[in-house]
Amino acid sequence: MVWNLNADRPIYSQLVEIMQMRIITGFYKPGDRLPSVRDLATEASVNPNTMQKALAELERSSLVITQRTSGRTVTENMELIRETQRQLADEHIRHFFQSMRELGFSREEILALIEKSTQEEEIVWKL
Amino acid sequence: MEALAEIKNLTKAYGRKVAVNDMNLTIPRGRIIGLLGPNGSGKTTLIKMMSGLLRPTSGSILINGCRPGIDTKAKISYLPERTYLQADMKVCDAVAIFQDFYPDFNPERAKAMLDSLQVPQDARLKTLSKGTREKIQLILVMSRNADLFILDEPIAGVDPAARDYILNTILTNYNGNSSILLSTHLISDIENILDEVIFIREGQVLAQMGVDQIREEHGQSVDSYFRRVFAC
Repeated sequence: MVWNLNADRPIYSQLVEIMQMRIITGFYKPGDRLPSVRDLATEASVNPNTMQKALAELERSSLVITQRTSGRTVTENMELIRETQRQLADEHIRHFFQSMRELGFSREEILALIEKSTQEEEIVWKL
Repeated sequence: MEALAEIKNLTKAYGRKVAVNDMNLTIPRGRIIGLLGPNGSGKTTLIKMMSGLLRPTSGSILINGCRPGIDTKAKISYLPERTYLQADMKVCDAVAIFQDFYPDFNPERAKAMLDSLQVPQDARLKTLSKGTREKIQLILVMSRNADLFILDEPIAGVDPAARDYILNTILTNYNGNSSILLSTHLISDIENILDEVIFIREGQVLAQMGVDQIREEHGQSVDSYFRRVFAC
């Protein structure tokens, strides 16, 4: 998973999102030890202080836990990981609806379009 | 904690031309700071006064509480815009000069970086590409355990891959106690590694802000913000 950072949003919040994605998708597994701030910052080519701030935010939400002796580890609380996953899904859906409304579609039209795309996707899957 | 550098009412005039005009500035510790401004805004003049290479016309600079001189030169690692290493010098000669001049120079660190760059120790600088020479100079400068690293246009005139190498070298050698002040025009390439930026124009500080602060408040990158602020 690459560190794709946009130019117009705070770097720190993008780092939080990427780390959340890495935890949800199992790139970092529950209980895994995370690389050091310095290594993560170098990997993402970002300022170590910014990476530190992002990790502190993940600690606040308990997705990442600081061990006194062994650095930072990913939570083993699966419910918390699923909850984060749902939150991100809600955000995606909200953005999607917003863009569709900007394009001029009504709620019914949007739902119908989703239904149609789902069917088309199933056909592609079967091929 | 006491600031790393305090600049008060600093002025430098070259004859009638005022390059730095009554400037006030504080450089905190543990930060990577971009010094941004159009050509002729006074960036290099400011840097040279901080490095002790130019004398202010008036005003004061305090680095670790000291005025620029022998004490501050031992604590500042300065990368000038143009190299001062002799072209027919070998790589190992350049390393020896740094080792001789600076007690805080770490030769093992320099050697490890030069090895990873695959530059032979006995290669003469003039036989190497411009990009490689710039990398070597940066490696030497970053191999000191200085309090303040001042890098004047470290990524100008090198290709994007060399730029990545240089930024990576800066990041891996940066430790939380020192600060790095780097001047550049190429903002978009470096803004992810900066904590904050100082905009200067006509010899004065226009703003000193956090990178994420600019993105949050203005919804645009430092690069686009800079273009808007300095639009002609």
